Amino acid sequence: MDLMEKLTILADAAKYDAACTSSGVVRGGKAGTIGTANNSGCCHTFTADGRCVSLLKVLMTNHCCYDCAYCVNRKSNDLPRAAFTPRELCELTIQFYRRNYIEGLFLSSAVLKDPDFTTERMIEALRLLRTEYHFNGYIHAKAIPGADPALTHRLGLLADRLSVNIELPSESSLQMLAPDKTKTSILTPMAQIRDGAEQSKQELKLYRHAPRFAPAGQSTQMIVGATPETDRHILSLTQGLYRKYQLRRVFFSAYIPVSDHKNLPAPVGFKPPLLREHRLYQADWLLRFYGFTAEELLDDEEEQLDPLLDPKSQWALRHPEFFPVELNRADYEAILRVPGIGVRGAKRIVVARRVGPITFEGLKRLGVVMKRCQYFVTCSGKMLPGLRCSPQSVYRQLVGIEQAGLPGETWRQLSLFDGRAG
Amino acid sequence: MSLYCYRYDGTFGGFLTCVFESYVNKELPTSFAILSDGPTLLEEREVTTHDAHAGRVYTALAKKVSPEFQKLIERAFLTCLSEKELALYTLIRRGLIEGDRVRRDLTDPTMARVNLALAKMWTEWDHLKGFVRFSELDGALVGEIEPKNRVLPLLAPHFAARFSGETMILYDRTHKEAFFHQNHRWTILPVEEFSLGPGTAEERGWRELWRRYFKTLTIEERYNPKCQSTHLPKRYRHVMTEFMTEPAPAVPSPAIAENLSEPLDKIRIF
Repeated sequence: MDLMEKLTILADAAKYDAACTSSGVVRGGKAGTIGTANNSGCCHTFTADGRCVSLLKVLMTNHCCYDCAYCVNRKSNDLPRAAFTPRELCELTIQFYRRNYIEGLFLSSAVLKDPDFTTERMIEALRLLRTEYHFNGYIHAKAIPGADPALTHRLGLLADRLSVNIELPSESSLQMLAPDKTKTSILTPMAQIRDGAEQSKQELKLYRHAPRFAPAGQSTQMIVGATPETDRHILSLTQGLYRKYQLRRVFFSAYIPVSDHKNLPAPVGFKPPLLREHRLYQADWLLRFYGFTAEELLDDEEEQLDPLLDPKSQWALRHPEFFPVELNRADYEAILRVPGIGVRGAKRIVVARRVGPITFEGLKRLGVVMKRCQYFVTCSGKMLPGLRCSPQSVYRQLVGIEQAGLPGETWRQLSLFDGRAG
Repeated sequence: MSLYCYRYDGTFGGFLTCVFESYVNKELPTSFAILSDGPTLLEEREVTTHDAHAGRVYTALAKKVSPEFQKLIERAFLTCLSEKELALYTLIRRGLIEGDRVRRDLTDPTMARVNLALAKMWTEWDHLKGFVRFSELDGALVGEIEPKNRVLPLLAPHFAARFSGETMILYDRTHKEAFFHQNHRWTILPVEEFSLGPGTAEERGWRELWRRYFKTLTIEERYNPKCQSTHLPKRYRHVMTEFMTEPAPAVPSPAIAENLSEPLDKIRIF
């Protein structure tokens, strides 16, 4: 089997993994090595589905001994199988990297024989890449649940980021669809990575050259829409993972039918819940950068996010007592809660208002887009002149703004003459 | 008071000399032109770049306003903002009177225009860090870009650090200049002509592998070309390997390859 065929099989098998970020670690260039890493990561291209390609995302092998119903690589699936040798993988990474096609390597693997054996093979490839090819760029490695902790530790010393996929949002779903995996087998390596990274940070404070263990932290992914969990459940779980396991990112992946297993939604006519995934990501951003908590966004009464409206607007409409926000006086945190004003806009407002009072004209010049925020702010005590609205009309306006940006069904203009024809 | 058009050579040093001259002559320039532009209807004053005078203005920007302001002017001069000289001149004049306050006055129309242009330039820089494609030709990595802003001086340190052991050429089609890197040193020189040619069989093999990888990675069920265009605007694609069909990417002309054998001095561009 030639390299082209292997790459096709093993990239095809890895593509359903949502995580492709190269962020979270800064490393300058070093003589004798190739590569740097940058805190904000770097996207190198975007595929026709609009997803970023940052890392060379491949599996070490797609031979798997597990039979998880939702997974394309399950052993009962009839697929062409392949495996990279460590050298092939290194050569591919370096040659792609030199041509600036990629930001680094994302190495994952199906479980060949058992978790230990698989992890050892991954370690071998990464060791070769770091020591013989002197690769100094970004490496994201997937920790295999059930592998020996000592092996996971060695993997973390070679990689920048580690990730363990939580796969499904609850234990019962896990039992139903992934009988070979349990909640503990997933959370154990997650806790180990957290503690390892923490210990490494302490050591680095004492000794500058102490080995760095997963300096870019860890991330995880869960599949949305294959099982009946609510958005509220998913967001609380996400928040728990950020708080308890210090994850850098939680990725959501809309379920794409890859199997006709009896416990999964029927593949015929099933559309991946892409809009739901989008709303979850918006809520995830609110958790990480906007100071919201999961309990604020959804509670016992509201268990699902409204697909028609972004979560921040939803929250704003449920909390009229918080608004309007006076932009010339309010705290940064309060400005951040206004729909339509993001981190950048809020920071600019705080800087600019020290020079002179903010007006609606000035707000536009700052680069703040008015169409959402106009309903929720005042400048020097005044609403936008000429703005008339009621809670219902604001909801309709905001939904209208959202609708224009969403893919799918486009709205048809009403015709005066349609009624007559019938 | 009559209206003056200041004519200079288009360099940052030239622009700073213009600022110096305007203070010496106690006049307020109403427009700027570079030497190659056609004649204007205004009274013209031709300014010859004077390093010492430019240096005095440059130092004053840091000392009398702030080092951040100095950097802002320097960076904004790389943008493709229309009539950038006049906008920057206005800011400098205000800065020398009011101090660093001008930098925080984000709602001021001129400052807002400059900030927007800067934001666009940083976006382009960020895009190009990822979207540049190199080809290996005679052991050197060669690539081409066609940016709107003059981002090459900003990209140079990034690629120099990343590929410190490589010999590199990156050609900017818009501004007709190229970045050269060899033996841990780099420079940017004007290059008029840059010809293209096919790569070796091995090079074409790697490109083919990349194209295949790129195609494979798409998930059909999520097909969304509008999203793709948002993140990767079409203007970048004509020099990107995955959107090109062979034969394509860049090969340096022999004249440029010869230049490379001379030792390069790392020069400051600003």
